Parts: sequence; structure tokens; C-alpha cells
Amino acid sequence: MQMSETKLHDTEISPEAPIARGTVTRRGFLKASGLLMGVLGTSSAFLSLAPSRAWALELAVLSDSQGKALMAFSQTLYPHATLDDAAYALVVKALDNSAADKATLKMLDEGVRTLDLLTGGSFLGANAQTRLAAARAMEGTPFFGACRGTTVNNLYNNPIAFAHFGYQGSAWEHGGYKHRGFDDLIWLPNPPESASPAKD
Amino acid sequence: MANKFDYSDAAVVVVIGSGAGGGTLANELCQRGVKVVLLEAGKRESSATFVNDEWASFGQLAWLDKRTTSGSWRVAKDFGGLPAWICKTVGGSTVHWAGASLRIQPHEFKARTTYGDVPGTSLQDWPLDYEELAPYYARAEDKMGVTRTNDIPGLPGNNNFKVFYNGAKKVGYSASTGHMAINSRPRADRASCLQLGFCFQGCKSGAKWSTLYTEVPAAERTGNLDLRTQAHAAQIEHDASGKVTGVVYFDADGKRQRQRARAVCVAGNSIETPRLLLMSASSRFKDGLANSSGQVGRNYQRHLTGSVYAEMPEPVHMYRGTTMAGIISEEARFDTSRGFAGGYELETLSLGLPFMPAFLDPGAWGPEYASALDNYRFMAGLWIVGEDMPQATNRVSLHASERDQWGLPVPNVHYDDHPNDIAMRTHAFSRGRALYEAVGAKRVHYTPPYPSTHNLGTCRMSANARDGVVNKHGQAHDIKNLFISDGSQFTTGAAENPTLTIVSLAIRQAEFIAEQMTQRNI
Repeated sequence: MQMSETKLHDTEISPEAPIARGTVTRRGFLKASGLLMGVLGTSSAFLSLAPSRAWALELAVLSDSQGKALMAFSQTLYPHATLDDAAYALVVKALDNSAADKATLKMLDEGVRTLDLLTGGSFLGANAQTRLAAARAMEGTPFFGACRGTTVNNLYNNPIAFAHFGYQGSAWEHGGYKHRGFDDLIWLPNPPESASPAKD
Repeated sequence: MANKFDYSDAAVVVVIGSGAGGGTLANELCQRGVKVVLLEAGKRESSATFVNDEWASFGQLAWLDKRTTSGSWRVAKDFGGLPAWICKTVGGSTVHWAGASLRIQPHEFKARTTYGDVPGTSLQDWPLDYEELAPYYARAEDKMGVTRTNDIPGLPGNNNFKVFYNGAKKVGYSASTGHMAINSRPRADRASCLQLGFCFQGCKSGAKWSTLYTEVPAAERTGNLDLRTQAHAAQIEHDASGKVTGVVYFDADGKRQRQRARAVCVAGNSIETPRLLLMSASSRFKDGLANSSGQVGRNYQRHLTGSVYAEMPEPVHMYRGTTMAGIISEEARFDTSRGFAGGYELETLSLGLPFMPAFLDPGAWGPEYASALDNYRFMAGLWIVGEDMPQATNRVSLHASERDQWGLPVPNVHYDDHPNDIAMRTHAFSRGRALYEAVGAKRVHYTPPYPSTHNLGTCRMSANARDGVVNKHGQAHDIKNLFISDGSQFTTGAAENPTLTIVSLAIRQAEFIAEQMTQRNI
């Protein structure tokens, strides 16, 4: 809900989009500007759901290096050590979408350059502490706001994140949780019937 | 679709807004044979079109027209363009609400008398008392199917409730799954709760009461309702005698229309309702309609709110099941030994993973914040609903220069916390912490208020015309065929979730309006 920072409706981004269905050789046939790719970790909670361990994300506007730097910046803002890079790639995809606007592209480009300057030439090459210091120095800028807001709205709103953090997403098609664990907590005593009657 | 009633039909009652107040009032009037044109700014969704997806649903249902904020409240900093989280859709915020249905307590109707002269407040007693409203509360509870009334069993508690209940017991509170307008058994042609966990996103099973699939279709079956969706009211017009004559609105095609009316009832929620009265200023009513008191838009109340989220030692999965079926009412008493007037309810609450990072601590980032989110599955949560103090300077006003998509001045919502509000929130946070720590919480988070869901008081009821906008029937002191039919009428906010009271007032108001029409007073 960061209305001033990013568009509210980034939800058109399909969570499945960055998970490549095949190889990445289509790149030459597309007008993609940059490309992010990776492999799902073998311990990824999402692995059983994904069609393939390899994933690739084509960028329409941003370059490879811009995409990688923005992904690393997103990881600096909201570091989850064991969350797959593919989830962060969704943030970059959303930023890439917003960069269709020239002023936004300019802001992102300048922001990445500033990050590099703040980290002695290469944000990607810097260690976690140096990256964090650079992020702190950028706080309050439109670039920081756009990256933070886009991360908040996208990083946690996809099946990769759902599996990682233990959230089950849409419940309707599964009949809700009435017979699927809404009251399965057993490490505390069950409340009495007067406080919590049995389900029908 | 052709209108059922002509634009020039001056016999209709125009109701603006189809939520708890407007939707109920429209149906109650239609049942009495009154012809109603119901103007709703949003589209008509249904249980079939609702989505179990927090951000997508927010885009589908929320009122996202431009608004501005000012004042020292944290919402202005975190959500400057979104002071309120309410709906623009048929059913209004009854699509989004969580279902808690509590009666205002007798002493809360007499807030000024009970609390005394609290400096800096505009406290007043309501011009009606509990006994007068009690029969209407009973009718509303039956209509809405409130659990633990009318022999309806309570809801089964979910995991979040289990933590809440056990913590409550350890610190000396009693908790139950409360009075909820959510079917625990099939009732009134609606199924029982499936524990979907998406109460805020529109109930896909229809177990939760909403005017969308109760009052509105019931009104349609009478043949007396003309529901016009995507109809955005812009101005209420009046004649030389000062009576209102109709409503100008923008229709779904953006065309300006004028609907004549015998009476107009405004139920646009407490931001849009005063905005419409202020936008309807004329050479006769220079400060806006029904505003001889200068009170239109003032005394904006929002409940003090706040949430406590706790990282528990074992998994909770709080998102499973009803979003809010768990209530502790002990702190809703009047007891100034706690350092504040008024009281608060504690109610279970959960947010899904997509919303959590945006709300747990808005704007926060970095390793520590991320580590809290890592423990999402261990989190339990509760919401604080407490009475905030009315202040004349907390107000909805028209922005001097900002305009919306229709070229109309956008509303600005100004709010400053009163010291009483801060004292109460501090107390409630610490009680929430104690509750969760009593059952082993490892880390506790105090979450600041979300954009307001309980918007109240901006056209308040008063015994005396100089102190408020409407009388105890919601009838404007200044204009006898103009009514306020939503939470704007509330003289004070009380500690309870407002929907049950809004519905009760609407049932009572419909009786009054029908009677006044029969007697040819309006």
C-alpha cells in the first residue's frame, strides 16, 4: 500500500512468469534487453511445485547489470537467506515493468550508479555490510522508495514466497480450512466448548 | 440498463451508498412500499467474483479515489493517500468487514456525562439511549444472524483464537469467539463458515453477512428498488424553501445525471458523507448543506486501533480460518484508574503473507524486520478497537486545490491523537504483550493503526441543533427531508465495532422516514 512509491496493482505479474518452461535460448529471438537467470535451491520449498529447477527472467527495459544490481538491492532491503533468488527476480520484473516509463528508468539507472559509487565502484561486488550502509545512505530517496515499495508488494505475493514462509494462499478452491487445519494447533490446550463451540 | 424509475420521479427516496447503513435502509424502505433509487459509486461484485488474493482484492474492492491527509497521526505518514480502508462496491464496507457485532454499552451513549469534561474533546451524550435502541439491536442481530444471539451457536475458534484464549486466561481475561455476523450454521439461505481466512476480501461462501447478498437482493425482490451502480454522487440540490429536491451524480459513462427525490439519505461512510454535504454548498447554504452548526466534517473518529503480533514458539498459521472470531471485552469497561476514559476491545486478527510486510511496521526494512517476517507461520495477532476522543479539529474538509476524476474537490482527513487515545493505546499494547508472553511469545510487535476502517462522527447526532448535524433519527436539524444514514451520525465512537449499531439505526430510521412520509411531513 505504498501509494506514493509504486503502483498498487503490480499483481498482474504472474507468479509463474519467471520460471522458465524450457531453455533460455529464445533470448536471441526476443527484444529482451536484459536477462536474469538462476537455479532453484535443492532445499527450496517451492521445488516440488516448479516445472523445472532452472528459471530465467527476460527484462524488457533494464540491462543485465541493472537487473542484477536491483535484485541485490532488494535482497539487501529484505534479506531472507534461504528464499530463492527467483522470488527476488519477481521484484526486478516489477521494476522492469515500471521502467517502461522513461522518468522511472532514469531514476533506476541513476540509483544503481549511486549504489555503485557508494560501494567503491560495484554494489554487486560489495559485501553485505557495505551494501547495507549504502542502502541506509539512500533512504528517503525516490529510488529507495520505489525499490522498497516494489519489494514489499511483490516479494511476498507469489507461490515461491508462500511455500517458503508457510502461507497457503487462496483457500476457496480447497474448501477453506474447515477440514484442513484451521484448528490443528496442539501445543496449547483446547478452549472449552463455551468459548469455542464445535464446528457444524 | 434502463432505470426503473424516471430521473424526474420526485416520489422516490434517493439513498446514497449501499453499505451497512444505506443498503439496510434501502431494503427497509422498500419493504414498506417506498420507492428507492440507490446510488452506489462502485461496481457489483459477488461471492463468485471475489478473490482469495489480498492485493488483487484490494484493487477490486477498496475506495482508491484520491484523498489527502494531514495531522500528526501515523496513518498520514504511512498511508498519506489512503486515510481509510473502505470499499467502493455494492455492499460497501460490509463486503470487507470482519463480522464483529457488538452492542454499544449503555454508559457509552452518555459519554460526556460518564467521562466528564475531558480537556480538548468535544464529547457529548447521544440524544438517544441504550433502552431506546435495544429493540432495534435485537432486530439487527436477527437480520444479520449474529452468533450467540437468537440461539445461534458461536463459531469454532481457529489456531489464532487458541493462542488468544490461552493467553487471555493466563492474564485473567475471559475470551470467546464472540458475537459475529458469520453463520456457524446454515441460516437465512446462506451457508456456514468454511474457515476460508479471507473475510476482508469478500466472503466467497456468503457465510458472513453483507448487504450485497442480503439486503440489496431482498429490496430488489420488492420491485421498489432501482440500484444504480458506478453512480458517483456530486451534489444534493435544494429548492427556495430549503428542502432538498434531488441528487446530481456521474453515471457509469461519466455523464452527469439529476435524480429528483422526495427525500435524500446519505450513507457514503464518514469521509464521503460530509464531503458531499460540503460540496453541495449553495448561495443559501454557503458552508454546505445541513451545516448551520459548523459541525459537518468535524469530530472525525476512527477508533484508536493498533495491533499486536507475536512470534510464538510453535507454528500458529493464524491466517487459517475466520479473520476475527475472538473477543476479549474486559477492558471495554469504564475505569479511569487505568489513566484514560473510555475502553477498548481486543479481537483476534490476522493478515496474510502478502499484506504482512506492508503493515507490520509500515516503511520498515532491513535484516531485523526481515527476520520477523521469516517467522510468519509462528505469528499470532490481535487488534485493538478502542474509543478515541472526538475533537472538533479532527475533521474531513474539502481540499483547496486537489481534484478527483470528476473535477470535484478531494476530501482531506485531518487527525491528531488525543492524549487519552495515546494513553489507551499504550495500555492496550502492553496488555497484548502480556497476553502473548504468558503463552511463550518470543518477540512481540506493536503495529500502528492501519488506514481507518471505522470512520465515525462527521455528521453527528445531537439533542441541540447548534451542537451537531442530525437529530436522534438521523434527520438533518436544518433540512427535514435530508437524512444521514451511516456511521457519520455517531455522537461518540464507543469501544465496539460500529456495524451492528449502524444497521440498528438504519432499521429505526426507515420506520421514522416511512412514518414521516405517511404523515406528509416530508
